[in-house]
Amino acid sequence: MDLAFIIIAVLTLASAVAAMSLRNLVHCALCMVMTFAGIALTFLQLNAEFVGLAQLLVYVGAVAILIVFAILLTRSEDAKKEVRFVSSSTVVGFGVVALVAVSLLAAIQHTQILPPQSVVAPHVSVKRIGEQLMTNYVLPLEVIGLLLTAAMIGAVVIAMREPDPADSVDVQQRNGSPLKLDPDSKKTAVVANE
Amino acid sequence: MTPLHQYLIFSTLLFSIGLAGALLRRNAILVLVGIELMLNAANINFIAFWRYSPNPEPNAGVMFVIFSIAIAAAEAAVGLALIISIYRHYRTTNVKRIDGLKG
Amino acid sequence: MTGQLDQLFVSLKQWLVSFLPQAAQPMAGILLSISAIIGAFATMFAITTIMERKILGRIQNRLGPNRVGPFGLLQPAADGIKMLTKEDIVPFAADKLVHFLAPVVLIIPVALALAMIPYGRNMTAVDLDAGILFFFAVGSATELSVFMAGWSSQNKYSLVGAMRAIAQMISYEMPLVLSTVSVLMMAGTLSLPLIVQAQSGYIYEILPRWNVFTPWGLAGFVLFMIAATAESNRAPFDLPEAESEIIAGYLTEYSGFKYALFFMAEYWGLFAVSGLAVTLFLGGWNAPFPFLQWVPSWAWFFAKLGTIIFGFIWVRGTLPRLRLDQLMNFAWKFLLPMSLINIVVTAMWHFSRVFQFVGAREMRWVLCALVLAIPYFFLGRALGEGRPAKRNYKFAE
Repeated sequence: MDLAFIIIAVLTLASAVAAMSLRNLVHCALCMVMTFAGIALTFLQLNAEFVGLAQLLVYVGAVAILIVFAILLTRSEDAKKEVRFVSSSTVVGFGVVALVAVSLLAAIQHTQILPPQSVVAPHVSVKRIGEQLMTNYVLPLEVIGLLLTAAMIGAVVIAMREPDPADSVDVQQRNGSPLKLDPDSKKTAVVANE
Repeated sequence: MTPLHQYLIFSTLLFSIGLAGALLRRNAILVLVGIELMLNAANINFIAFWRYSPNPEPNAGVMFVIFSIAIAAAEAAVGLALIISIYRHYRTTNVKRIDGLKG
Repeated sequence: MTGQLDQLFVSLKQWLVSFLPQAAQPMAGILLSISAIIGAFATMFAITTIMERKILGRIQNRLGPNRVGPFGLLQPAADGIKMLTKEDIVPFAADKLVHFLAPVVLIIPVALALAMIPYGRNMTAVDLDAGILFFFAVGSATELSVFMAGWSSQNKYSLVGAMRAIAQMISYEMPLVLSTVSVLMMAGTLSLPLIVQAQSGYIYEILPRWNVFTPWGLAGFVLFMIAATAESNRAPFDLPEAESEIIAGYLTEYSGFKYALFFMAEYWGLFAVSGLAVTLFLGGWNAPFPFLQWVPSWAWFFAKLGTIIFGFIWVRGTLPRLRLDQLMNFAWKFLLPMSLINIVVTAMWHFSRVFQFVGAREMRWVLCALVLAIPYFFLGRALGEGRPAKRNYKFAE
């Protein structure tokens, strides 16, 4: 067995367990970042350079920051006193997880895997990926573009503060648009009311 | 045990951890993190199969993972927007307490 | 002779490595490159701190540090000794582990990013096929470090500073990456040494073929430098550390050597992003004129890097700090549309290459510059219009 693989796998799994079981939400998020970085390392180890770096860029750079922001924006009191008692749903949950894990592991253990055609690792240059994205995979690429645009608009619309009729009139008058992300705008409105 | 077996077991364990988090944790953000872990476990499988198996289409695994990462990013953005919106309404992110249908 | 001088460090490394057994040679080569980079940039950090204080002093009509050594030149050594011997204070309420890890998480990605840059002919420590992607991928970890520092201090100023910093870094990462896209389009590669190679050669045997001398390259360079200033939290974008507003932002609770590590990592980040700017837009290690090619390639690289750093210091001494809403408006309403337009202009430039009539080269230059200048004018005006009305304070005046 490859030593590098063992180290990466153990670290990734340990941080995944920590991310799912720690009490402090920020600690969970930081452990999650470690898991994602470990997965990116796995990709790099498997000769998928571009995918590994994209994983690092998207997950560590974007998703982790989003999650951290969400944790800070939704600081609720009951997050800290999340009581852990063994309820029926916990038992059922663990049962389902154990069932899935055991059946998957058994399936893997009993599968005969064909040897790869070539022992040499396949090398995919970034240029080749780009060419393929523009030829064979151009339709999925466009669909992804549409999906990302739709997701962005959707996320903005969902997370937008619903205009409160009491103070939004003033904000609109002063700033021209109710969509101001400016933290000062509310204060401005208050000053105007006084 | 071939290298492919190792990677498949690794991704299975990761998938199970993510599933456990998504099923057992009460905080909606951690449920989302669990789902992300499950998606990542699937991505490891794609890359492992691409690397170690007889592959007629040379780049299919890499392409699939690129699209999968893009979808996961979109999912995280919309999911977190939903969580923040729900938090504004209920003042909590505990999934056990978000059980009213009436807005 | 000039060739030997040019390859001085490469041959030195090969000579040193050749003493070792065959099996240990690749590892030793990597270690040598790493220690050379760390040593060179630690020295450069010391020089830059003293130069920055001296130049700022000159701009503000005062002397600057002048007590330690001749002309105060040993000031960095004194600062280093002070930082090393200072007490390392950790707040009682702080999350000790995260508080300790934050500077480590900052300095490792920055050092990794420095390894990607081609410092001279055959002088790239790590030559990756997707070099730029690696640069931005490891660079994104710095945001996380800022968050860790701000959150673990359990101090409202730290948290406010960290949130400001992250919002700013995310907003300016978009124009930073998009302004490099035009260079990648023209070079057709993500590998940094190949991008430098694409800029070698001379037009009419005298003018350098650097990207900055094309309309899209000039616009891209300006956009890149503005975004880079914001990414490295330097004035006029130093809101996260605005000492007159929120003490020192996420650095409030750091002291002693951890603070020094943060300080060094910020300067290293500045060097890394300036090195990337040199590589992408200023022709990397290429000489500006053919008759100056006898100067070693690494000397050209570091001369260009020094010029850019001087520009940063000059801007810091000249411009006042932005307000938070100005900062966000500027990123999203001006830089982002401009960088998208720049990509379109790059495509125009690329496809207008086929015209071969007399004066075609000059004409496409003017045309592309116009396509950039018109949106620049209107976007700039739109940015000025949306200002909130003057506040009326009832009790303050």
